[in-house]
Amino acid sequence: MLQVTINGQPQHFDNSLSLQQLVEHLSLQNKRIAIERNGEIVPRSQFSEQTLSDGDQLEIVVAVGGG
Amino acid sequence: MQPTISIKADFMDDFIVADKHYSSRLLVGTGKYKDFNETRAAIEASGAQIITIAIRRTNIGQNPNEPNLLDVLPPTQYTLLPNTAGCYSADEAIRTLRLARELLNGHSLVKLEVLGDPKTLFPNVVETIKAAEILVKENFQVMVYTSDDPIVAKQLEEIGCVAIMPLASLIGSGMGILNPWNLQIIIDNTKIPVLVDAGVGTASDAAIAMELGCDGVLMNTAIATAQNPIMMASAMRKAVEAGREAYLAGRMAKKPYSANPSSPLEGILPAQSK
Repeated sequence: MLQVTINGQPQHFDNSLSLQQLVEHLSLQNKRIAIERNGEIVPRSQFSEQTLSDGDQLEIVVAVGGG
Repeated sequence: MQPTISIKADFMDDFIVADKHYSSRLLVGTGKYKDFNETRAAIEASGAQIITIAIRRTNIGQNPNEPNLLDVLPPTQYTLLPNTAGCYSADEAIRTLRLARELLNGHSLVKLEVLGDPKTLFPNVVETIKAAEILVKENFQVMVYTSDDPIVAKQLEEIGCVAIMPLASLIGSGMGILNPWNLQIIIDNTKIPVLVDAGVGTASDAAIAMELGCDGVLMNTAIATAQNPIMMASAMRKAVEAGREAYLAGRMAKKPYSANPSSPLEGILPAQSK
């Protein structure tokens, strides 16, 4: 059992998973996103290598309209 | 044969920022539109090539087919300028722009704004300067929103920002150019581009900014919240072009309290005797 916080919301997972698997789980694989994990930017090239740990704080951002 | 007189400047009048050339001097935001169709149509009508975007948390587990702004306004077609709107400290702004750089595959041209107060959205220049110093060291190309304080503008230029963007009036207020004299001082003392950012309400405001000698104008609300945003986008394009041409043409000298007729004084019909 794994608990991580994504964009301020607690999320629970039964098994350990990579960031790439998380992105797919959230149906974000075709979106332009950026991820920050515990305050550090994770380059897209590392999504498959990085595995989520219990207590991780993730921020997943997109571009939106703004001035 | 009629002589041909060029009304265009006899040199390339490109807007150059961070070593890139643009033919448009109007930069527009992408917020507050009804939908993405309207966003796209207004931006096309504006002729803008540099468009600002914001960085926000994505929805988790919600509609995966939700359209994405970058599908509508692809980075291959536009120079995207990620902003730090809503950031109230240097740390938040830096964090946002690092995420933006990752999101946009290493893109480094950014709009820095650090706000000081949610009611006025006035910039916090102390935090802005702090953020600018760090971002420039991290090789960001920083176009910086600031107050119309000439000393702060100079400091931001010395730090290594690529454009100074003083407010004309409060963000989203549409109050126009409240202090043209300060803007003039900044324009005269700055070697990098100066753009009015924030406060433009209608086309004449944009023209006035350009007539003062601004290198460009950045706006969002004036277009997006017009009754007809697409027509206003077109009006703004023309106003920026008109203001620029008037600036380049060199306006006539003002002659206070001294009228000077445009028609000849000779040959005026004499007053009829009764």
